[in-house]
Amino acid sequence: MSGRPRQNGPAQAKALQFKLVLLGESAVGKSSLVLRFVKGQFHEYQETTIGAAFLTQTVTVDGVTVKFEIWDTAGQERYHSLAPMYYRGAQAAIIVYDITNRDTFERAKSWVKELDRQARKDIVIALAGNKFDLSNKRMVEVEEGSAYAQEHNLIFMETSAKTGDNVSNVFVEIAKMLPKVEPKPNNNGQTVRIDDNQEAQNGGGPGCCSKN
Amino acid sequence: MDEEYDAIILGTGLKECVLSGLLSVSGKKVLHMDRNGYYGGACASMYLEQLFEHFGKKDCDVSGYGKSRNWNVDLIPKFLMADGVLVKLLIFTGVTRYLEFKQVDGSYVYKAGKVHKVPGTEAEALSSSLMGIFEKRRFRNLLQFAFKYEENIPSTHEGLDLTKVTMQQLYEKYSLDANVRDFVGHAIALYRDDNYITEPALATINRMKLYFNSIAKYQKSPYLYPLYGLGELPQGFARLSAIYGGTYMLNKPFEGITRAEDGSVTGVTSEGETAKCKIVVADPSYFPEKCKKAGQVVRAICLLQHPVPNTGNSQSSQIIIPQNQVGRKSDIYVLCVSFAHNVSAKDWYVALVSTTVETDNPEAELEPGMRLLGPVSEKFVSVSDLYVPTDDGKKDNIYVSASFDATTHFETTCEDIIKIYESITGHPFDFSELDKKLEEFKNLTEG
Ligand SMILES: Nc1nc2c(ncn2[C@@H]2O[C@H](COP(=O)(O)OP(=O)(O)O)[C@@H](O)[C@H]2O)c(=O)[nH]1
Ligand SMILES: [Mg+2]
Repeated sequence: MSGRPRQNGPAQAKALQFKLVLLGESAVGKSSLVLRFVKGQFHEYQETTIGAAFLTQTVTVDGVTVKFEIWDTAGQERYHSLAPMYYRGAQAAIIVYDITNRDTFERAKSWVKELDRQARKDIVIALAGNKFDLSNKRMVEVEEGSAYAQEHNLIFMETSAKTGDNVSNVFVEIAKMLPKVEPKPNNNGQTVRIDDNQEAQNGGGPGCCSKN
Repeated sequence: MDEEYDAIILGTGLKECVLSGLLSVSGKKVLHMDRNGYYGGACASMYLEQLFEHFGKKDCDVSGYGKSRNWNVDLIPKFLMADGVLVKLLIFTGVTRYLEFKQVDGSYVYKAGKVHKVPGTEAEALSSSLMGIFEKRRFRNLLQFAFKYEENIPSTHEGLDLTKVTMQQLYEKYSLDANVRDFVGHAIALYRDDNYITEPALATINRMKLYFNSIAKYQKSPYLYPLYGLGELPQGFARLSAIYGGTYMLNKPFEGITRAEDGSVTGVTSEGETAKCKIVVADPSYFPEKCKKAGQVVRAICLLQHPVPNTGNSQSSQIIIPQNQVGRKSDIYVLCVSFAHNVSAKDWYVALVSTTVETDNPEAELEPGMRLLGPVSEKFVSVSDLYVPTDDGKKDNIYVSASFDATTHFETTCEDIIKIYESITGHPFDFSELDKKLEEFKNLTEG
């Protein structure tokens, strides 16, 4: 299998890097949770996810720094067109639903099933009931979310990207569950990162424009 | 659906997805639809049940193959040249960050009934059993000339204008015999047939350089292959497009287009709704009436429980069978990948044998390649028509890509992508231009 976590270079030898993906119905607050966690911000009128290709954020648990490489959906979930590539190789996932919208809870359950079929066996999954600040309009009870999570071995938390409640806790709980050891060398041969070589990085030189 | 778009893209094959990404990055509003429920179109990778169903073997027993979802079998066999255009596109757009690659273990060529390793370095070439000692020296002379040759530095030309001198003439100048010519043209320059011999030599010299520059990157072979199969490539570029604002809809039936009085496209209809647009980009299956047939390719997908024999137990390999060796006009290719690339269940291998169709019994044409595989557990054979568009799309703003040809790398694929991009934009494709857009965007989102 793809041998991650990736080591993060000599300067931060202790930071282990993990790919974390957000899943869930459109408008449940996935992008808002990322924005809150990474930048401490919230926008009432969060625009469609644009440009949020890769955000990174670190948390420290038990003296070990864990760096999350956070993937947002870029809106591809809207018409149920999220590419499997998105969650492939992910070591962690946050499946989000909106506690004021029952359908999004059902959709969250189907994401749990999809990950069970398609993701790495050792993926750490958290279920987040978001928009906790709107508890008065709640359509999914806490007990229901937590019972489902317990049954499927998921971390569970109700969150609010708006107030910030529990947002970093979700990430910390995930970080606690992730393996803190360096990956064993991959006996199927190493993968290559094709942007790692110099020539490629300063690209754009005249040689690159010819298309023979 | 009822919005207005700059471009509507139909089909999520690699060409369409790269174009979608490039257009979104350059600020165009893009809607990208596919009638299928999966990404990749003709170059998708399929899990096992999907594969059996695709080939009409729905009721077959698939229990002996491990978990169906552990398979990602490519419909079209190709590798990436490590120094090729697709790799450059992946790096420039940052799509490389979504994917992981492995180098292909070995590149082989069939000669006189045996499989030989294609030398990857000058030293290897000189110790190879492919050529006799005098042939080797002459081959080395050509190699050194090729390495030195720079198109715009006349002092490296040794008085030869390679835009005029044919490859035939160059072979004669270096006194290379048929054996070495076969090897240079087919195993290194990767030509499918012998038409190149009478063409100007420049293209062949450039291809030789591409081959050796690609090997120089990672040593074992000039090829790279993405984990989870080639289907990851279109998905990666689709994500790029989405990040730059592109909208994605799978499972969208295509019900036709609307045109202005002058014939130019004005919209695309699906499920009774019409989305307005200025241009349409599509794979040939959406506009058969705008394409003509340009030959056929026959491909056999073979599931094996062992590596391809005589390839040093490689987990991935390519064998080229040059046409002359088996009395044909076009080469036969064998490409093999395996569980090491997450395309099959543990200890399984997937070999694809393919060639350009020359007779009315296409499957039999694959025989010389099939013979190299050893026992085959399951085989899926397809004969596909190759379509090319009849015009460049400028007249009605409908830009149609060509089908994937029989080459085993993405160089012609990228040529087609760039050609379409240039037709759409009306100016030459320029990596640095794209780079600027990407930079601007980074500053915008991070600032
Ligand atoms: N009240 C409230 N609104 C939220 C919360 N999280 C997100 N939203 C709003 O819900 C809408 C959709 O959020 P967004 O992050 O774009 O959802 P996504 O489609 O899942 O990425 C936006 O208008 C957000 O402002 C929350 O915790 N509480
Ligand atoms: Mg979002």
